Amino acid sequence: MNLTIDKSVDARDSYCPGPLMELIRMMKSEPVGTVIEVLSSDQGSAKDIPEWIHKVGQEYLGAEEKDGFWSIVVKKVK
Amino acid sequence: MGKRIVIIGGGTGGTIVANLLARGLRTELRSGEVTVNMLSASEKHVYQPGFLYVAFGRMQDDEIIRDQRGLLDPLINLYVDPAVKIDTESQTVTAQSGRSFPYDYLVIATGSRIVPEEVPGLKEGAHWFYDLAGAKKLRKALKEFEGGRIVVSVGVPHKCPVAPLEVTFMLDDLFSQNGLKEKYELFYTYPIARVHVLEPVAQWAVKAFERRGIRYETFFNMKEVDPLKKQIHSEEGSTLDYDLLIAVPPHKGMPLIEESGLGADGWIPTDKHSLTMAGKENVFVVGDTTNIPISKAGSTAHFEADTVAESLICMIKEGCPGRRYDGKVFCFVETSLEEGTYVWFNYNTPPNPGEPSQMIHWFKLAYNRLYWLSARGIL
Ligand SMILES: Cc1cc2nc3c(=O)[nH]c(=O)nc-3n(C[C@H](O)[C@H](O)[C@H](O)COP(=O)(O)OP(=O)(O)OC[C@H]3O[C@@H](n4cnc5c(N)ncnc54)[C@H](O)[C@@H]3O)c2cc1C
Repeated sequence: MNLTIDKSVDARDSYCPGPLMELIRMMKSEPVGTVIEVLSSDQGSAKDIPEWIHKVGQEYLGAEEKDGFWSIVVKKVK
Repeated sequence: MGKRIVIIGGGTGGTIVANLLARGLRTELRSGEVTVNMLSASEKHVYQPGFLYVAFGRMQDDEIIRDQRGLLDPLINLYVDPAVKIDTESQTVTAQSGRSFPYDYLVIATGSRIVPEEVPGLKEGAHWFYDLAGAKKLRKALKEFEGGRIVVSVGVPHKCPVAPLEVTFMLDDLFSQNGLKEKYELFYTYPIARVHVLEPVAQWAVKAFERRGIRYETFFNMKEVDPLKKQIHSEEGSTLDYDLLIAVPPHKGMPLIEESGLGADGWIPTDKHSLTMAGKENVFVVGDTTNIPISKAGSTAHFEADTVAESLICMIKEGCPGRRYDGKVFCFVETSLEEGTYVWFNYNTPPNPGEPSQMIHWFKLAYNRLYWLSARGIL
């Protein structure tokens, strides 16, 4: 992905509260327009995060698998 | 001049750090080579996990509140004078009284607070057990409850990740015992795709929900509450009617942190192993106020405090940085009014909850009293 990331959340190796909770936290506090990347080593969040982004109507920009973890990128649009 | 350590916050993390320093640096403190000054916003120390039991009428105020001075080793100087500014350039903390506290090493342990006002209508429409006044108000509401739908809803971020499940199971037991089983419905909501953030706990909890007839909705983030219509709306677009709403409100760190420019929303960027504030080797952060993506829990604050105290003692005595924090967290989970289980995990080991038992529940009740030994740095 060739994107400018404004904020990055490194939730690798975190069992609690986990990547999606961290993303939700950041989505609440960052201004509209922010591009946020979540790093997660949890396979479940590679599926759940895009689903949640879609459900709340934010913009899903994509995901990429790196060495054993995922980088998932979202833009806060509302 | 001797080395000055300042600790801000006399809660779980700050108190344990202080008492461990008093033990590890006793000679240096007596000779004046080292001084430890603690600034705290309150002269009282509150055992917050007790709030859950207060809500159910199973603990009283005097069991969960102690004088902070009495918990601290006499070698620690306590100032009941909240910090209003932290300046990491001049290495000085200013207190509300105007007094300033220069430091060589700083420990920030100011914890977190609920911000129900972040969700419109929540303050007016919901109950919670996340502070003492809220727990007492909920206790009254539970006594008066005659039936209907109870919605348990969870904000992000929050401390004590297992509390929403615990309150749900305890409520189900309470109303079953009170003969209301047929007259009420419990509805649990959770912000992510499963009923608890820890997957093994979620798998176990879903089975318990099904057995007990507790309904649930996942991907539910509180957006707004309408206290007149008694409805709660989610960010994801759904609406639930309630008769009694019990919320775990979203949390923020303390205003001091944001006002001093140390971290957005009061969370301080912290190295997950050394527990130092990003870019500052002489500033340690303990407990809820870190931005580390692990549980905000008393046990986290406790294990972090052990690490920080050991690091400080090592730096002062031998000039070397100390131990690394491995992400250890331990949580008891009440699974009913009579049984409980527990989880522990760290950065590398996933949680693995065991079968609930009466014995673990009793152990939790015992810990509720042993906590005072933890705070003293004995346990
Ligand atoms: C209902 C409930 C149930 C819980 N159950 C559990 C459980 O079962 N297990 C578990 O491990 N954890 C549990 N917790 C979480 C636990 O209580 C907290 O995570 C823990 O207290 C965090 O410790 P801390 O030292 O970071 O902050 P705290 O213990 O909150 O201490 C912060 C201290 O800083 C002080 N302070 C704040 N601002 C300032 C300032 N400007 N200047 C000076 N001092 C200041 C405060 O007065 C306070 O004394 C529960 C919490 C709640 C609310």
